[in-house]
Amino acid sequence: MSSSLSLTVRDSSTMLRRNLLHARRYPSLTLQLLLTPVVLLLIFVYVFGDVMSTGLGGHADRSAYIAYVVPGILMMTVGGASLGTAVSVCTDMTEGIIARFRTMAISRGSVLFGHVAGGVLQVMISVVLVIGVALAIGFRTDATPLEWLAAAGLTALVGLALTWLAVGIGLSSPNAEGASNTGLPLMVLPLLGSAFVPVDSMPGWFRWFAEYQPFSPFIETLRGLLLGDAIGKNGWLALGWAVALTVLGWMWSTSLFNRDPSSR
Amino acid sequence: MTTPTTPATPATPTTSAPRELAIAATGLRKAYGDKTVLDGIDLAVPAGTVFSLLGPNGAGKTTAVQILTTLIGADAGELRVGGHDLASAPDAVRAAIGVTGQFSAVDNLITGEENMLLMADLHHLGRREGRRVTAELLERFDLVEAARKPASTYSGGMRRRLDIAMTLVGEPRVIFLDEPTTGLDPRSRHTMWGIIRELVAGGVTVFLTTQYLDEADELADRIAVLHGGRIVAQGTAEELKRLVPGGHVRLRFTDPVAYESAAAALRDAVRDDGALSLQIPSNGSQRELRAVLDWLDAAEVEADELTVHTPDLDDVFFALTGSTTAADSTTSDSTTSGSNAGSTAPAARTAADSTADSKETVR
Repeated sequence: MSSSLSLTVRDSSTMLRRNLLHARRYPSLTLQLLLTPVVLLLIFVYVFGDVMSTGLGGHADRSAYIAYVVPGILMMTVGGASLGTAVSVCTDMTEGIIARFRTMAISRGSVLFGHVAGGVLQVMISVVLVIGVALAIGFRTDATPLEWLAAAGLTALVGLALTWLAVGIGLSSPNAEGASNTGLPLMVLPLLGSAFVPVDSMPGWFRWFAEYQPFSPFIETLRGLLLGDAIGKNGWLALGWAVALTVLGWMWSTSLFNRDPSSR
Repeated sequence: MTTPTTPATPATPTTSAPRELAIAATGLRKAYGDKTVLDGIDLAVPAGTVFSLLGPNGAGKTTAVQILTTLIGADAGELRVGGHDLASAPDAVRAAIGVTGQFSAVDNLITGEENMLLMADLHHLGRREGRRVTAELLERFDLVEAARKPASTYSGGMRRRLDIAMTLVGEPRVIFLDEPTTGLDPRSRHTMWGIIRELVAGGVTVFLTTQYLDEADELADRIAVLHGGRIVAQGTAEELKRLVPGGHVRLRFTDPVAYESAAAALRDAVRDDGALSLQIPSNGSQRELRAVLDWLDAAEVEADELTVHTPDLDDVFFALTGSTTAADSTTSDSTTSGSNAGSTAPAARTAADSTADSKETVR
């Protein structure tokens, strides 16, 4: 058991190095996906900011809206980066080298583990870059180092969950376009949650969905950690969703990858 | 054309002591839906030999390779590769084999050298050992200059060489090459042939699929002809050639009158009125050729062209795959007598065994 574990770790880190090499050589996809949340951040703050801030109630102004929107934008960044994983997994599966890996005495799961590790790493780097932009346009937080650490942990966990789902999407899609379409909810769902406006400002039927979809507790928890708002039950909800989606994505991806290619 | 024998090994058939089989398949079946691709084929490849699976496109060659290399499952059949059972010990099989598929199995986004180092890492070679093996194989396959360029910029021949170099990193004992020269220009094709011969000289077993008859003739100790999911004939190139009627002399004319008088003089000739040519059964010997020439002189006709045609694998192939009746009648007889089958010899086998041993002690 321990030897098979060390084999898995060793082969997975080899696969991770391969994926990082790809990302370094061809960064365009990552940058493209990074651009969407940054542009949305700038539009919502500078173009819609004054109007949107009134939706927050009280005497909120544009800087209050920056604080409100940044956690949502960060979760959108996580979704976008994992969408990149869906596309790159799908493209990778069409490469002949995957067939070679399957005929080698290597850890079976290492191909996927490498993609997931690379994906989470890309998520974290993207989030750091977007935080940089947010700070540059006036995002301020009084979070303690412990809260920052918790926020980073949450981001990594959500990143892990969404990346595993993305790997499944990539494996089940016939081509890169398909993967990018199927994976779109990963990036769009934050919009349909509490990312840009509070859910209690939404119409009733939609509000139910917005409140109970996984991105809302993710965003609310992050908001609580960074801005000091009350987290309440959202913390457990976020943790539960992240673990459940991770297990689901992992099981789905593994069964897709281990499926006999001739039985499709 | 004779079967190639490696220079170092005497061509003594080993009739005593059963040879260790590198690949053994009994009753291999595979169907996609209701389309049967492999309909119960049997294969036996002695260690240290080159075996060629020959067949047209769609005959099931690639499916056979995919099954034997653990890529896809078989529906039925008892299969052993490298001494291990495919169904119960796929990882042991994977450790023994190297595969170069029909479609290039290189990572196009990274350089040739990075591809090699990736293989070294996956075979758990140490850093220095990995670099050494990489440098050695890049040198051997003439890829040193291109080593730092992305594989996507390689020509077809270069990519195929890189593919094989990657396959060799783990020192496999059994190598599968699925149509290794398809799509290559003639020069790259000859380079590839040289590479395959070198592999065999090193003692490994090679399972080669090809749709080119001359390639099988050139490289293989034994050839199996796959047609419609069945092995329709199996044996050495020489044995297979014996399956078809002997050769012929072909006379071609431009003058219809000369053609008619020659046809009248040579009664057992087969006429081809459209091409104005005659085929006279002949084994191509000096005596028979002279007889034909004498007949022509006697009839006072002159052929514009005379060609001697000895049966080659093309004839065999068309005879076997042309109609199902021909295939059925020749199925099993050729497989038993193994005059040339044992041409790669004890020396090569010992080499294969010892590399296998040293590999196992390292692990």
